[in-house]
This record gives sequence, structure tokens and C-alpha cells, in this order.
Amino acid sequence: MEFLAPADWAEAVQAKAAHPEAVPIAGGTDVMVELNFDLRRPTALLDLGRVAELRDWEVREGVVRIGAAVTFARLLRADLAGRLPALAMAARTVGSPQIRNRATVGGNLGTASPAGDAHPALLATGAVVEAESVRGPRLIPIAEFFTGVKRSALAPDELIKAVSIPEAAGPQQFAKVGSRNAMVIAVCSLSLALDPDRRTVGTGIGSAGPTPVTAPAAERFLAEELDWDRLTVSAGAAMRFGRLVAQAASPIDDVRGTAAYRRHALAVLAVRTLHWTSRREQVPV
Amino acid sequence: MRQSTDGVIVLRVSVNGESRSAEVSPGVSLLTALREQFGLPGAKNACEQGECGSCTVYLDGDPVCSCLVAAAQAEGRQVRTVEGLAGAGGPAAQDAVQRAFLACGAVQCGFCTPGLVVAVHDLVHRTAENHSEDLDDATIREALAGNLCRCTGYEKIIEAVRQAAADVRSEHRSQRPGQVAA
Repeated sequence: MEFLAPADWAEAVQAKAAHPEAVPIAGGTDVMVELNFDLRRPTALLDLGRVAELRDWEVREGVVRIGAAVTFARLLRADLAGRLPALAMAARTVGSPQIRNRATVGGNLGTASPAGDAHPALLATGAVVEAESVRGPRLIPIAEFFTGVKRSALAPDELIKAVSIPEAAGPQQFAKVGSRNAMVIAVCSLSLALDPDRRTVGTGIGSAGPTPVTAPAAERFLAEELDWDRLTVSAGAAMRFGRLVAQAASPIDDVRGTAAYRRHALAVLAVRTLHWTSRREQVPV
Repeated sequence: MRQSTDGVIVLRVSVNGESRSAEVSPGVSLLTALREQFGLPGAKNACEQGECGSCTVYLDGDPVCSCLVAAAQAEGRQVRTVEGLAGAGGPAAQDAVQRAFLACGAVQCGFCTPGLVVAVHDLVHRTAENHSEDLDDATIREALAGNLCRCTGYEKIIEAVRQAAADVRSEHRSQRPGQVAA
């Protein structure tokens, strides 16, 4: 195994072109587990930890652009958490403080696990992934990013540079089911983002299918049913929203839970997160 | 671009304030390098997947699981291990967190202790620096969620955190005599 440590982004992109088989490593919280357990023996590691520009973030015209190596711990600080509440709530459920100090948004995307905690929030908020190779940059809408279990739309020579997310225009929520509050791979998870200006609803479902997905029928239904001035719905409409969210998932039975449990839990989470948003309750982060 | 040659890379890193170097394989963890090449066995190797926190060390001031950092990623960075918390000179030079763990009986088999001591050290110093007075149980438990102890049931550990927090807070106050306590 070789170790490639580019000093900047240009070197990183060139290194990935020269060694498309190299596994990018940033926080290492996914990659090192595979190496420690000898589950994977890549020919090379491409360390993105020295590429300073990947740790930057900026706000431009209402869109927050987060460098791929921004950590989950960083997302929890007030400047970013206030702008991206769903992502911050998801960040708080990632691993433990030690993990959040290392694990990055770009790494979560790169691993493309169906259970990745950032994914539901990125889906619900309509994020765009910025990839780049020596061939040039490419914008990938988040809904097109996940192509299968731990598979993404990235080409072998591409690296994730950043992810762009609109600043929250209304209440956002994230909820995750697991056996503990920490160090848990989601049994299932759900994010909900309301945009009262555009009167649109965003959803993201995690860990209930081969890829994280949105629930478009549920989004359309809720956008119609919601009293946008008070952000409330009837109890019946909330239940129907829950069922539509559950129907959008395609869960399986596995060690963490059964498909039936996941569907049930998603409907519960949908009603619960909707209830939290309509009470304009923001879970403190 | 810095890179390995024939599967070996030279690592130069500051460990507990001392410049160290070693030849490491690219896939080897910082934990392995600390224990096997730098002779610092304080950080413990247990789960190797970031679940247990026994290998917690500071990396550039942030507590991390050293089993999940590739040793070569630590090039040019500052690592502080549990060995680096106490001064020289035996028990008298122990850190406030170490003293609190002993005083409160927060140690049983001891395997999780080094990782917990580093995690608690970070928590109580961050809290003291932010002049935050309240370290309630929920805050302590969330801050230590990444450190597993299979012996104590955590009660004595939480007691030790409160003790250490009080000691570190008064240390901070005595270092800033002009400052009025909140």
C-alpha cells in the first residue's frame, strides 16, 4: 500500500487521476475501520487531510458551501448550525465527540452508506455535491448521487470538493432510531425541511433501502395539506403523511431491525418531526 | 507531494511536546505507531473501530480515536497522549483529572481509564475556558458517549468528572486573579 499526501487541491485531483484506485481518506473514521479489520487492502491511500481549502465554508447568495473535509463537530457550531439546522441535528447523532472531531461531510458522502447520517438532511434540503477531476468540475444533485449500497455517482478519477446547501428558510428536523443516542448506526432516520416562502416540503429517508431516498409523494401531499401560515396540519393529514413516507422506503430485514419495524418507525418519525416543526420547536444543538 | 516509497513513509510528529519520527506503513494507525514505535502504551487497543474510546488522544488539541487516524496523517501535527497529561515527579504531578479518578474510585480494571482521562480532560478544560459553570449529568454523559467502561457503571466516573471540573475551574480562577467569578 502506498500513501499519497497532496499539499493542495490541484495536487489531490492530479493524484486521483494518476491513481484512480487510491482510496481517499479524510477523517478516516470509515476507511481505517476497514483497514484495521483487513476488510479492504487498497493499493494506495489518498490523504486529503492537508488540503486546507477542503476545510473552508462560505455563504453566498443564500447558499452555504461546505468544503468536503468540514467535520461534523464543526457543523455543530452556531454559525453553521443556525444556517443548516437539519444537518446540524444529524451531525449531533454521528458517533461520539471523538468521531465527530474527525468525520467529515465529504467522507460520509464518499462512503455512500445507506445509513450515512448526513444523507437524509442533505436530501431534504436539496443539496448539490461538487465533484472535480482533471477533466473539470461537475455538480451532482444529491438525489442523483447515491446509486446503490455504498455506491455513488462519482467517477474513479473524481473527488468530492464541497457540498452546497440552501440556508434554511423554515423549520427543519432530523430524527434517528437506534439503540443508544450515541455510537449508533441508524436503524432508520428521517429529515424534514419546510420552506414557507416557496411552500415546498423536503424529505430524506436513511437506512431504509439500498440508498437514502426522498419521499416525493409525501412531500407533495404535505405541501398541499399544510397551513403554511401556522405550519400546522390536521391529525389525519399528519398520519397520511407518515404512511406516505413509510411507503417511499424499501427496507430490508437485517441485524439492526426488520423491514416492518423500519416502515412503522418511519411513519412515527414523520409524524413526530412534523409535530416538532409545526410547534416551531428546534431541538437545541 | 509527500508520498510513501515501497510501502513505507517517514512520519515526523510532535508527541507530548517532543519531536519524534518513525517509518510507518501507510495503513498503520496512529494508535499502533504510538504503542509499538513510540513506546507509549497508554492509549489502549480494544475495538479498533472507534466504538470504545480506549485509544483517545489529542490530535492538534481535539480528542480523537487514534485507531482511526492513519499514522501518516499525523505528519507535522501535535499529538498529546495520556502520558503527556501529568508532569514529571510522580503522583504529586498528576493532572487534576487523574487525581479525581483516583479520589473517586472511578477506576476498576483500568483498561478504559486512559481514554476516559483524555476525554474528561478535554471536557473539563473546555468547560473551564468557556467559563461555563454547569456541567450537568446529561452534558457529561453526551461528552463521554464515545468511551465505554464495562466495570464501573459510570457513576464513579461521573463523580470524578464533577470533582475534576471543580478543581480545574478553581485552577483557572487562581490563574486569573483579576477575574470575577460568574
